[in-house]
Amino acid sequence: MSAYRLDGMGRVNRGAPVNFTFDGKSYQGFAGDSLASALLANGVSLFGRSFKYHRPRGLLGAGAEEPNALVSVDRGGGRYTPNLRAPAVELYEGLNARSQNRWPSLQTDFGSINDRLGRFFPAGFYNKTFMWPRSFWEKLYEPSIRRMAGLGDAPTEADPDTYSACYAYCDVLIVGAGPAGIDAALEACAARKHVILIDENDELGGGALADPALAAWLETSLRDLANAPNVTLLRRTTALGYYHDNFIGAVERLTDHLAQPGHGAREQLWRIRAGEVVLAQGAIERPLVFEGNDVPGVMLASAARTYLFRFGVAVGRNVAVMAVHDSGWKDALAMAKAGVRIAAIIDLRETVAAALVDEAKALGIRTELGSAVIGVAGRQAVKGIEVSRADGSMRQKLACDAVLMAGGWTPSVHLWSHSLGKLAWSDDWGAYLPDVPNENCRCVGACGGKWSFGSGLNIGALPSPRDPATFKAFVDFQNDVTAKDIALAVREGMKSVEHIKRYTTNGMATDQGKTSNLNALQLASSALDRPVQAIGLTTFRPPYTPQTFGALAGHAKDALFQPVRKTGIDPWAEEHGAVFELVAQWRRARYFPKAGEDMHAAVNRECLAVREGVGIFDASTLGKIEVVGPDAAEFLNRMYTNPWKQLEPGRCRYGLLLREDGFITDDGVSARMAPDRFHLTTTTGGAARVLNMMEDYLQTEWPDLNVWLTSTTEQYAVIALQGPKARDVIAPLVAGIDLSPEAFPHMAVREGTICGVPTRLFRVSFTGELGFEINVPAAYGRHVWEAVWAAGQAHGITPYGTETMHVLRAEKGFIIVGQDTDGTVTPFDAGLDWAVGKKKPDFVGKRSMARPDIVASGRKQLVGLLTDDPSVVLEEGAQIVLDPNQPVPMKMVGHVTSSYWSATLGRSIAMALVAGGFDRMGETIYVPMPGKTLTAKVVKPMFYDAEGSRLNG
Amino acid sequence: MILIHCPYCDETLPELEFAYAGEAHIARPLDPSGLSDEDWERYLFIRANPRGRHNERWRHVHGCGRFFNAVRDTVTDKFELTYKAGEPRK
Repeated sequence: MSAYRLDGMGRVNRGAPVNFTFDGKSYQGFAGDSLASALLANGVSLFGRSFKYHRPRGLLGAGAEEPNALVSVDRGGGRYTPNLRAPAVELYEGLNARSQNRWPSLQTDFGSINDRLGRFFPAGFYNKTFMWPRSFWEKLYEPSIRRMAGLGDAPTEADPDTYSACYAYCDVLIVGAGPAGIDAALEACAARKHVILIDENDELGGGALADPALAAWLETSLRDLANAPNVTLLRRTTALGYYHDNFIGAVERLTDHLAQPGHGAREQLWRIRAGEVVLAQGAIERPLVFEGNDVPGVMLASAARTYLFRFGVAVGRNVAVMAVHDSGWKDALAMAKAGVRIAAIIDLRETVAAALVDEAKALGIRTELGSAVIGVAGRQAVKGIEVSRADGSMRQKLACDAVLMAGGWTPSVHLWSHSLGKLAWSDDWGAYLPDVPNENCRCVGACGGKWSFGSGLNIGALPSPRDPATFKAFVDFQNDVTAKDIALAVREGMKSVEHIKRYTTNGMATDQGKTSNLNALQLASSALDRPVQAIGLTTFRPPYTPQTFGALAGHAKDALFQPVRKTGIDPWAEEHGAVFELVAQWRRARYFPKAGEDMHAAVNRECLAVREGVGIFDASTLGKIEVVGPDAAEFLNRMYTNPWKQLEPGRCRYGLLLREDGFITDDGVSARMAPDRFHLTTTTGGAARVLNMMEDYLQTEWPDLNVWLTSTTEQYAVIALQGPKARDVIAPLVAGIDLSPEAFPHMAVREGTICGVPTRLFRVSFTGELGFEINVPAAYGRHVWEAVWAAGQAHGITPYGTETMHVLRAEKGFIIVGQDTDGTVTPFDAGLDWAVGKKKPDFVGKRSMARPDIVASGRKQLVGLLTDDPSVVLEEGAQIVLDPNQPVPMKMVGHVTSSYWSATLGRSIAMALVAGGFDRMGETIYVPMPGKTLTAKVVKPMFYDAEGSRLNG
Repeated sequence: MILIHCPYCDETLPELEFAYAGEAHIARPLDPSGLSDEDWERYLFIRANPRGRHNERWRHVHGCGRFFNAVRDTVTDKFELTYKAGEPRK
């Protein structure tokens, strides 16, 4: 192939040369070139190596359909993108592109040995060959296959670019700015509609860009649209998916075409809701299936036309055309008139419209009717072709340096299919056309079958005198699927197109079969001797073309991946060296290490400080719900397991919340502030879920109850002050509350002020020590915290985090819902039957506690574990067995749910769910770990101060 | 992204504002303790799961917060209509 630039042709700017490199070699193109057109103009025909056989490949197309010419573009500094289609890469000064899937070089590729071994890689060879032994798959087969078969390398550096997203609304969204799309836009614009017209190319115009006769019309039309205030034109924007209710996702590429990427977003994701969608995506020309149809220099006729008229590049100096469709003749004639030498037009049809044949003859072009190309000479570039009559007779060789294929047209119904619009087979097109819409959507132009390219034949493969089993005629270029692979799949019993697709991988490459699906269907149809319609069509799914993860992720990466919720006290913790962890979306202080301390040392110190003095803990993340109304107590009585009606104002109660299936879903201490007002607390992670559940019952089951629920989680800062000296610390700060044990007992709540700030002061304990939880308006949280902190200095006050909180509560056997329970634990399983109101006629989950499976014996029950070796801390999640000597797989009877080193006790403690655990007190259980088996005794889950005397300080 | 009409707000809004809440018109029995295991099982677990028209509950969770009912076709994913909680099955 010896492509060259023609003077005076095309839309590139000859006054603006652009320097770029491909595989390290320098080239020059012009502003307006694509990487593909610029390389072609420099005589480059070899663009890449194929996926499976490592065959040399050149350009097949000139647009989004390109399956072969995939390149990697490296802009430095982590800006590296593999698998870009060369026709879709705009040229800019300094562009640095590389070919892919070759080693050591594109010209000399050791992997091409696969091509010679092709008979060992038939369709389905992965399934057949690499089945045994299984252990070889991970270590040997898969890495080898991955090394040999593949696309570009994945990036190794973090992407430095940013990506943005926006929403847009319009009356009419038009996808595709070819002649049909522009006409639709002009019409909608004239009707005063708000129009968005998007196109994936850098220049609007579609097919008109390759048709000089339309140049003047195009210029006027685009100027009119650009000047219209009600029209938005989006170039370099790919509509990637069509979703429910006329919702279109599109990605606009903002900086990839610039020599300097700049500081703005690289891409913008558009989420467009349209009143009406007009699809004007055009049609893609079909390749023909014959031996050698993948030699670099064999390409689509329409692509050659585009390279000539849009970019001023002739794809060869002596171009042969293999057509089964009139459009190939038209392209050849247009190119001939523009000065490109046409070696011959070969057409499988015996008769072709006389006007075309006559014009060809008038231009001195040789024509071969009723004939087909049966072979291509050349490996890295076309040197000639062999042609015969359809019956195999009259074989002759013909010199040429490029072969154009005109196999007919496939309307681009991708987005139509995303929208679940129905398709109907058209014999005229040899393709599926849009039929019944599923959204307010219509197709115009070629993608709707409303554009005439002339007529043609519908065939699977060109006839050949050679045995089809002896050569490769490619159907899917990107996935290296040949006609004989399709035949093999049918021979081996695949009848549905879905099976054929998966067995051969036809249409499963990154191009989703844009150039291969219909040929594969025709081949399967012939092999099965059934009409194409009976075989079906595989489903197109978004995205239309591959998109970057960056565009889809948008801002949601790194620190912005999800919102981080912080309490008002969080900055204090940060200033005091806290190590944080995420709990639900909250950032919580996990521990406060002093210089030289690891977590273990810090937690031990914090635990002892609470047990012996006083600790301060930010509990603001606790979920809080204000329940107000005359029926508030009745409502809670129905929701929670325990009785609430008799709870006096000023008192607190531990509430246990079940789902209707009887399993624990949340818990928390709640207080009755007034006869008609409760202050509920939930787990940190369960706040939204609990409120939703309560709203559900209130709105839909008991709408007669007069109750209001309000989330107050973020209205209060909660400061937990725990330890024997807790009262001494706050005493000087509190006004209006009698703190004496008689006036303010455990599980009571009082309202007053602390440091002048109104407070709901709870006397509660999640540690087993004397404790208070100071609720103040969130804005005062840090102020009160610092006042308590200052007052506590004389008492050795110590800040502690969630890790210490966990250890202290485990020493007391208090559960954490979601850690010690897993959605299959009942109150009885958790040893919380004391919290169930036996006399209540009903509450959520009560009936389920009598379900047969829940009253059955052998359920997993929450117990304590003490390891025989007190220095061993079990691993949370570790499985428990009763007989360590049984053969693998062992019968697992439970698992460790919580496990810590207890500095207070000087030994490890653990909690576990164990089948029949309550009846196993004192028994030894076994925890098999890699290389050893640990032993532990089953005990009650109460390791410290069982009588609760410390609660009273 | 589906558009859903909230019968309380009387607005048609993106599904991001809504949360699915299971099959509609399954009232909690007035006296669960009086139910047989089979009847309780039916209430708790057994759902219609139809191919086609499905009466289901949604909550306008990022809007007015109300639960309401809808008829959605499970094949086409299209909403036929929505109506307020407490109204008869449609």
